Amino acid sequence: MKKRRERIDRGIKVRSEDIYALCSWREMLYLAGPRVLPAAVFLLLPLFLGVYWQKVMLSVAVFALLAMSWDMLAQSGMISLGQALFFGMGAYVSGVLNFYFGLPPWITIPLATALGGALCTIVLLPVLRLRGIYFSMVTLIIPLMLVRIIEATKIFGGTEGLSGMTPLPAGLIEVYLVTGVFLAVLFGLRRLMETDYGLVLKGIRDNDRSVTNAGINIYWFKTQALFISSAIGAFAGAFMTHIYMFVGMPVFALDYSILPIAAAVVGGVGTTAGAALGAVLLVPLSEALRGIGGLRIVMYGLFLVVFIVAVPEGLFDYIQRKYHQMERWVEIDK
Amino acid sequence: MSTPVTLRVENISKIFGRVAAVDSLSCEVRRGELLGIIGPNGSGKTTLVNLITGFVKPTSGRIIYDGRDITGAAPHKIVCLGISRTFQMVRPFYQLPAFKNMIIPLYSPRVRQQAGGGYGDRDAVALDLLEEVGFERDAHVAYKPAGTLPQGYLKRLELAKAIALAPDLLILDELFSGLSLAEVASVVPVIEKLRAAGKTIIMIEHRLKELFRIADRIMVLNYGRKIAEGTAAEVMESEEVKKAYLGSEE
Repeated sequence: MKKRRERIDRGIKVRSEDIYALCSWREMLYLAGPRVLPAAVFLLLPLFLGVYWQKVMLSVAVFALLAMSWDMLAQSGMISLGQALFFGMGAYVSGVLNFYFGLPPWITIPLATALGGALCTIVLLPVLRLRGIYFSMVTLIIPLMLVRIIEATKIFGGTEGLSGMTPLPAGLIEVYLVTGVFLAVLFGLRRLMETDYGLVLKGIRDNDRSVTNAGINIYWFKTQALFISSAIGAFAGAFMTHIYMFVGMPVFALDYSILPIAAAVVGGVGTTAGAALGAVLLVPLSEALRGIGGLRIVMYGLFLVVFIVAVPEGLFDYIQRKYHQMERWVEIDK
Repeated sequence: MSTPVTLRVENISKIFGRVAAVDSLSCEVRRGELLGIIGPNGSGKTTLVNLITGFVKPTSGRIIYDGRDITGAAPHKIVCLGISRTFQMVRPFYQLPAFKNMIIPLYSPRVRQQAGGGYGDRDAVALDLLEEVGFERDAHVAYKPAGTLPQGYLKRLELAKAIALAPDLLILDELFSGLSLAEVASVVPVIEKLRAAGKTIIMIEHRLKELFRIADRIMVLNYGRKIAEGTAAEVMESEEVKKAYLGSEE
């Protein structure tokens, strides 16, 4: 008796919307599982990790924030190659506020999030009309320019940077602060992009003329998207300033621009959760590869290539699709 | 005529490089009338629409709408004044269900302002509007991804998107092109209903027979200039129009 695999879409998916989702615990679990489980893992994991892996988790959350911020911008039709601008701006704002004005971290971090976001938005405002690769080029260049400006004018400590920031209370508090923000941004952005507001942003990406033709000022909406995205990046930067107790030119480094994009591409562009998933995979991988020394970057690059070739749609989309499908073996007659 | 002029185009020109797409053209549209604009390919019909709706800035000339100079205003502002249009090439959001395509126009400030703040349930309004243009509610066409719909539905979706903006002046750019006779026949009543509701309509068409049946007045363009204007019968009598469509005899 020969068998073949038959694929069926879960009927449960169709019924898992609206009131039907509350019909049985199975259906509730089916819906809630993929959302609650990762959140629970993130909230419980720090309790079982050593100091080193707690630091890795910080790094995961920070890069996930940058990746999600990149992805949100990409969903609104703006491909940024300069997440380092957002990160660095947040880092410097909180650094300056703490160093020169002596403000405590619980004031500098929220202030740097808002102010850094606003500054990035203002810096990019003139190029908001540019589309596609032209916008990307400008975002790539600006952080590199800022580095040279800091170097040349010796402003804010110049090449030395500013050090001796007030640290955050070590241990679980710093981990939970960033994890909490990470989860809030993840679920918040996913919710936001599903609303009618998010639909307008995605509409600008797909066909901006059609959105303009609806009487909507696309530049005002793009400005808002840019602010949300850069504020998320600025938070990540401000947070890291108080972790490192230092802010300097490295905050504008290319790593902060490239790694979030890699994470979003591996995880799946346009899903927010994909960007987070990518960071969860790539950051620990990069840490684990530290042991092998010089070939680390080669291995890392190889991993990226394999992933992009094998799962071009992105890991999150793949998993989501499989989750909604069931396969079973059926017997073939004859 | 006693009805007031709602749109006045004064001596407008648009020059692309060395080609005058629209060449010192003037025309008027009266409230509640249906003006048909015809002309051979490249005669400047779509450029004229783009000029009126602000997507293209004129080289010279003025456009007055309801006594207000809208020359060179941003397209989204012009929409909010009550002019909405359809595009010749429909480009819906293919992955989204048809009715979700309606959400963006329903999100417009124009809609909020017309409805006195908020439209309530956008999904429900979207479904109602689609039913109005002929999406049969029982057939669940409105729930299918826009990418899977035939051209006839896509054109009607485009029309519904324009109607959603509660326009006073509706500009339909080649709405009938690519539609079968039966599909055109199903759209015509929608247009007639809009006229009955007092909307001013400008239609650009290549399907002359269908257009002549519903238009009050026809304007003929060639090489960016107006070569004839009047009722359908008058226009077709014009020597210039015959020459433009059939080629000159020289």
